[in-house]
Amino acid sequence: MTRRARFVLFLVAAAAVALLFVAAFVRLPPFGGDFHPYGDRAVRAAFAHRTANAVAAVNFDQRALDTLGEETILFSAVLGAVVLLRQIAGERRRPPRRARVSGAIRRLGVAMLPVALLTGLYVVAHGQITPGGGFQGGVVVATALHLLYVAADYGALERVRPLSLYEIGDATGEAAYVVTGVATVLAGSAFLANVLPWGTFGTLTSAGTVVVLNAAVGMEVACGVVVLLATFLDQAVEIEEPSHAPASGGTPDGSGGDAG
Amino acid sequence: MTLLPYLVAGWLFLIGVYGIVVSRDLIHTVGCLSVTQSSTYVLLLAVGYRDGGTAPVYADVPKDARVVDPVVQALTLTDVVVGATVTALLLALVIQLHKRHGTVDPDQLSALKG
Repeated sequence: MTRRARFVLFLVAAAAVALLFVAAFVRLPPFGGDFHPYGDRAVRAAFAHRTANAVAAVNFDQRALDTLGEETILFSAVLGAVVLLRQIAGERRRPPRRARVSGAIRRLGVAMLPVALLTGLYVVAHGQITPGGGFQGGVVVATALHLLYVAADYGALERVRPLSLYEIGDATGEAAYVVTGVATVLAGSAFLANVLPWGTFGTLTSAGTVVVLNAAVGMEVACGVVVLLATFLDQAVEIEEPSHAPASGGTPDGSGGDAG
Repeated sequence: MTLLPYLVAGWLFLIGVYGIVVSRDLIHTVGCLSVTQSSTYVLLLAVGYRDGGTAPVYADVPKDARVVDPVVQALTLTDVVVGATVTALLLALVIQLHKRHGTVDPDQLSALKG
């Protein structure tokens, strides 16, 4: 199909979809209205389990099984990216060049690293009472480590980042979620039901299993994002493409070197 | 106009698909897919909005406070996580494609290669 034909086909289809959208939107409950039956029920259920953050209550209590699926998608995507981005035949690994970083950036990065790390851990730990939780906090923790890449260079990042430990952490976070579910079954309840003592509303120890599941997800997300970024950085910084362009075909070496 | 937030979601969806259709670079295509997906965030949050509502977090608001719908917010969180991981996986695929075929233009990727 030519580009022009494809574009015309898109215009026709987009017009039809736009009409259907508008037809569907006018039948939706009015924007900002008061009719939220599921929301009201979810808030009541969150109160019943002493969870101040109703979003965390939905994710880690009422829909805990769905979140297991979501976490597994994350786990599989990290695994898939690691498998896809491995070193292929013909590629060489070279040690990364030392980068020059100005003193101000270096000092700021080193000063901000512990602050960012602590903020991330805080967001994970307070997921049941403040906006936040394992997913958001995990990403903050993972990006905090990468301040070293900005403030120093890739070598410094690699020294504080034993990748195999993070791979194990990724799997441990995923496993901890399942183990929590199995433990609730052994405690005589449904899979991933909230069986722990609910504690006092609005304190760090409230919400029962939400705290545990938040921590499991936080660990998995933090480790997973570190591994994911490491595989991409590896491609960009360390792995050197073979000198001939693979698609030009034919010439095995050197002769077709069109300034890669 | 109460329809506007929904229309914004629809517009984002279509403009993202438009980008995918006319794309000449797979990195750009993946970016357009992210735009398409962001329409679902807008739609979900628009569905859950309640006039004058605050965040459904009761740590520092009274228990009878008017809040927006926490269910769609939780769904949006799921959506963001899945979107980010799918984007990462697709970008990894694009890198591999570039290694094998030496191009990221979808129109030039016609031959099968092992």
